[in-house]
Amino acid sequence: MSTETVDKKLVKESEPLFSKKNRKLLSDPLDDNNPITVQVLGICSALAITVQLKPAVVMSLSVLFVMGAGNVIISLIRNLIPQRVRIIVMLTVVASLVILVDQVLKAYLFDVSKQLSVFIGLIITNCIIMGRFEAFAMGNGLWKSFLDGIGNAAGYGVILIMVSVFREFFGTGTLWGIQLIPESWYMSNGGFYSDNGMMLLPPMALISVALIIWVQRANNRKLIEDK
Amino acid sequence: MDTNSNSYTFIFSAVMVVIVAFLLSLAATALQPKQAENVKRENWQNILKSIDVNVSREDSEEAYNTYIVDELVIRNGQVVEGMSPLEVNIADEIRKPLDERNNPLFVAEKDGKTYFVIPLRGGGLWGPIWGYIALEQDVATVYGANFDHKSETPGLGAEINTAGFYNQFKGQQILDGEGAFRSVAVVKGGASGPHQVDGISGGTITSDGVTDMLKNCLAGYIDYLKGRSTVQPETLPVDQIDEDIIEEVESEELTEEMASN
Repeated sequence: MSTETVDKKLVKESEPLFSKKNRKLLSDPLDDNNPITVQVLGICSALAITVQLKPAVVMSLSVLFVMGAGNVIISLIRNLIPQRVRIIVMLTVVASLVILVDQVLKAYLFDVSKQLSVFIGLIITNCIIMGRFEAFAMGNGLWKSFLDGIGNAAGYGVILIMVSVFREFFGTGTLWGIQLIPESWYMSNGGFYSDNGMMLLPPMALISVALIIWVQRANNRKLIEDK
Repeated sequence: MDTNSNSYTFIFSAVMVVIVAFLLSLAATALQPKQAENVKRENWQNILKSIDVNVSREDSEEAYNTYIVDELVIRNGQVVEGMSPLEVNIADEIRKPLDERNNPLFVAEKDGKTYFVIPLRGGGLWGPIWGYIALEQDVATVYGANFDHKSETPGLGAEINTAGFYNQFKGQQILDGEGAFRSVAVVKGGASGPHQVDGISGGTITSDGVTDMLKNCLAGYIDYLKGRSTVQPETLPVDQIDEDIIEEVESEELTEEMASN
């Protein structure tokens, strides 16, 4: 939050498209200010759709679209939005974009839309999106808001993909639906290996996210809190 | 302009709602044909999957026309003339009493054998579940089945649409030794015999939903199918007569087999 207000003061019209500050908008949410592991937002969907890699990737792309477009729209109309109904306006923008994504998936990526089914609707309730609208797009210009949306969606997607790779590989022995652990290793075929069924259950998503937070906090100086 | 006045807030909201409604209905209308096409093709695909014909969604129309030789609606053991299964809304029909129900039936032919494909519909934990089951000529043996769902829990109830679950139905019996309707039940652990399959751990309510769905949906067909598999109707088109003879021979063999058992 503090960096954003500083940014706002320093904005100049002649700033290059990918100035250092703008690049930071993209890269910050990937690590230092990751929406899932640092801000701990959007946990609900991280838990729900990370059983397999493919839906996680499609979810990330959908969120990327909704956040990029949503941030731009909110930023465009930010001076027109009446303060008292701004949350409702944001919700309407998110909901419309999500319905659009859902309709397009149903028409052109039918199998994926079947797999994501209820979770597409969950994008609406993804607090990262509302959070960025309120905290960033309401106070910043179009290009910055776009970068911020893309950056945060990417930060969200990276964690989603990490968790889903972990869960799919150990839970079903596959990645992107392709069998990676040889069939002959399995106990049912006389081998020694068995998939860890617990990986498929929701608690393992939280545990995976927690492990990622642990590793990240141990390695990122900025995130180590003062005693 | 005061963006915080009451009248501005009202006007802004009204304009926003109109714009959003227009855009969304435009998108929905534009994409509707493509979506409906997907759903239709998926239905064909699932009907074919129940008789072990696996085709891509693009090829499903052609394959459907090749394998499915007859589409009927059955009410109270009789064929309803002039009604197509596509007109039947199964979700409504399963709530009616058995003797008023319109039961859609697809008759498939593969490698010279006849299969009866029956659409199923029931309720899972969160929403509707549905599927297709194919019966062999003897009406008792399940040749194949597949299921799908609207919103069952992924990893748990949603597993009913995986091959690991529905392939268990292959070869199971829906009739008991005396030819009475018995259905196939999904049970919790240790399924044995021809009338049981293993359920999904953590998906008990969905599993029970499958059990109820089979029992409820199949009941309306048994009388008609038994009649059909032994006595051939006389008013068949000429081009089907040859196949009927084959079917008759097969059903005779089957009754012999049953007797010797």
